[in-house]
Amino acid sequence: MNSGDISRRTVLSATGAAALAGLLGACGSNTGRGGGSGQALKQWYHAYGEPGVQQAVERYAGSYDKATVSVQWNPGDYDSKLAAALLAAGGEPDVFESVTQISAVRSGQIVPLDDVIASAKDDFTKTILAGHTVDGQVYGVPQAVDMQMLFYRKSMFDAAGVKPPSTVDELVDAARRLTKGDVKGIFAGNDGGVAVLGGPALWSVGLDYVTAGHDVGFDEPSAAVAIGKLRELYASGAMLQGAVKDWAEPDAFTQGLVAMQWTGLWTVPAVQKALGDDFGVLPWPKLDDNGRASVPVGAYGAMVNAKSKHVDEAKAFIKWLWVDRTDYQEDFNLSYGFHIPPRESLAAKAGKLTTGVAADAVRFVRDNAKSSNPPDWAPSMSSALDDAVSRVVREGADADTELRAAAQKARDELKRLYG
Amino acid sequence: MRRSDTRAFWLFVGPFAVGLLAFVYVPIGWSAALSFFDARNTVTPTDFVGLANYADMLTDGPFLRSLGTFSAFALFIVPTTFVLSLGLALLVNRITVMQAFFRSVFFLPAACSYVVASLVWKLSIFNGVRYGLANTVLGWFGVDPIAWVGSTDPPWYWVVLVTLRLWLQLGFYLILFIAGLQRIPKHLYEAAWIDGAKPGWQTLRYITLPQLRTTSVAVLLLNLIAAYQAFDEFYNVLGTAQGYPPFARPPLVYLYYTSLGSGEQDFGHGGAGAVLLALVIAAVTLVQGKAITR
Repeated sequence: MNSGDISRRTVLSATGAAALAGLLGACGSNTGRGGGSGQALKQWYHAYGEPGVQQAVERYAGSYDKATVSVQWNPGDYDSKLAAALLAAGGEPDVFESVTQISAVRSGQIVPLDDVIASAKDDFTKTILAGHTVDGQVYGVPQAVDMQMLFYRKSMFDAAGVKPPSTVDELVDAARRLTKGDVKGIFAGNDGGVAVLGGPALWSVGLDYVTAGHDVGFDEPSAAVAIGKLRELYASGAMLQGAVKDWAEPDAFTQGLVAMQWTGLWTVPAVQKALGDDFGVLPWPKLDDNGRASVPVGAYGAMVNAKSKHVDEAKAFIKWLWVDRTDYQEDFNLSYGFHIPPRESLAAKAGKLTTGVAADAVRFVRDNAKSSNPPDWAPSMSSALDDAVSRVVREGADADTELRAAAQKARDELKRLYG
Repeated sequence: MRRSDTRAFWLFVGPFAVGLLAFVYVPIGWSAALSFFDARNTVTPTDFVGLANYADMLTDGPFLRSLGTFSAFALFIVPTTFVLSLGLALLVNRITVMQAFFRSVFFLPAACSYVVASLVWKLSIFNGVRYGLANTVLGWFGVDPIAWVGSTDPPWYWVVLVTLRLWLQLGFYLILFIAGLQRIPKHLYEAAWIDGAKPGWQTLRYITLPQLRTTSVAVLLLNLIAAYQAFDEFYNVLGTAQGYPPFARPPLVYLYYTSLGSGEQDFGHGGAGAVLLALVIAAVTLVQGKAITR
């Protein structure tokens, strides 16, 4: 649920607010303990942007009868706060949502949940589940799928006589031809798409972050070609830079500043409200026949803190909420924002996902999904690649040299992790 | 009598000392200790690695590059801040009407939150679309909108960052200088005038600046440390939810992402970087202090 990220990012800046939230949270934590039936569990969520989510998750927790579950809602910098909590010895929270990272697995911060998910494992979208799997074991039960894709304005394409692009070259060409006066061809973030298009660019030539054999996936000459295309787009003058809101919000697109924008599924309701049906969605296209069109997907997973004093109870709670109670999962995914249930049986059944751009999105997740943040793609590796892509795209550095250096750094890390 | 003195001493100093120990010295010592361990996602590591983290940081491109960038930044921003705040202080000090008003006006930005100011600079004054304030003004002269924060060639983001920093910090140093100026005895100037010195450059060069020496040293040192410790406005102007670009990246921002980045906390390398940064600041400060005080 990336609309949560938006508010998270905005508030992230206000470190003071985050600290305050921590203090308030600490006060709140006393109230959940004590009374009630059975064990007391503590569950953490980050602050989702959509109204109603907090009440919903509190309602789910409240209706669990095997333990008293107190929900803590965490506005502000959730990741840092969670990281600090997991370092502490207290074992709180027992249950939380996060992305699975190999470092958390290797340092024994989270516990495997294979037995929890066993009964429904085949029902979860493969790519999504793979995002929570390390060394063959599942560490997070996916809650809601988020994805990024390319939004395009149909009327602007028609007026310019441009067809929706099916290759990267067509996309660059379309962006150029759609740039006219105050309208730019495409917006993919104020950094020129560096932070979000690196993955899609690699996938467009059939490469990846990390191979199945835990080796660097982009130490190939074609990586330089793929990232070079991002540079071409950036330098073409067809890319909007310096919009007020960043790529995660649809404002540049809905205000007519651009004909295309790379953003996320979560913006669909806002775009529909502003533009009606004058827009369509596409995956990031392929560059050559080695590659494929792609959409980055990810999902927060429910996890159990290995230091929790109630690991078994916490696992039972996760099984109840995120495996057994499909009605709650459906409610969580479809009643508040705009997300795709990670379970294919639920996604297939959801009425509002069967038509229009939503149906397209569901199809992309089925056919074109790539994990935006695979567990073995550690932050130190991704920051090395992001730095390289940034230098190539924004500063015109030599793509081959930069990517090779990033690949070397990633290879060192992978060697450390897998030997 | 003596015993109660001691008790009073600890009564007053105790809480402060305990706080200082618990929240400053222990964390500093702890992070220095962590720098000798492979401390990933743990603050109680067991894997001692000696100086390996330091070796990594000193061969690691990003950290050294950011140290280099911010040494250059310090070379520029320290003299600039110094000259501008001194100039403003001289002007404000000479004003005879509404001096308190002007002093407050120039000091006010120092009371503003860095985060708030960064957002104002980034989102309204220097946003990249045509209706941003700076671009609106440029538009009157027929200049195309500039992507202030996004553009790297030329690096317009420095305009945003430097103006923001000056706006936020000048007021503070201005107050230090005004305090210094008001401590200079009037009779020194009167004696100089009697001896035929002209008001203006001569008195500035031979009376004001020498008398301001201690203030100047303090301002320069604070400024230099602040330049190397830059974080807030950089983080809030250039940082995004996905991370921070590799240019204009302050050492502290790089270390922040290394040790507290989402999903992986590498306290070993982060601690080593923090120690190295502290050493650099100490060394540069000592050299500067020596150079000025001779």
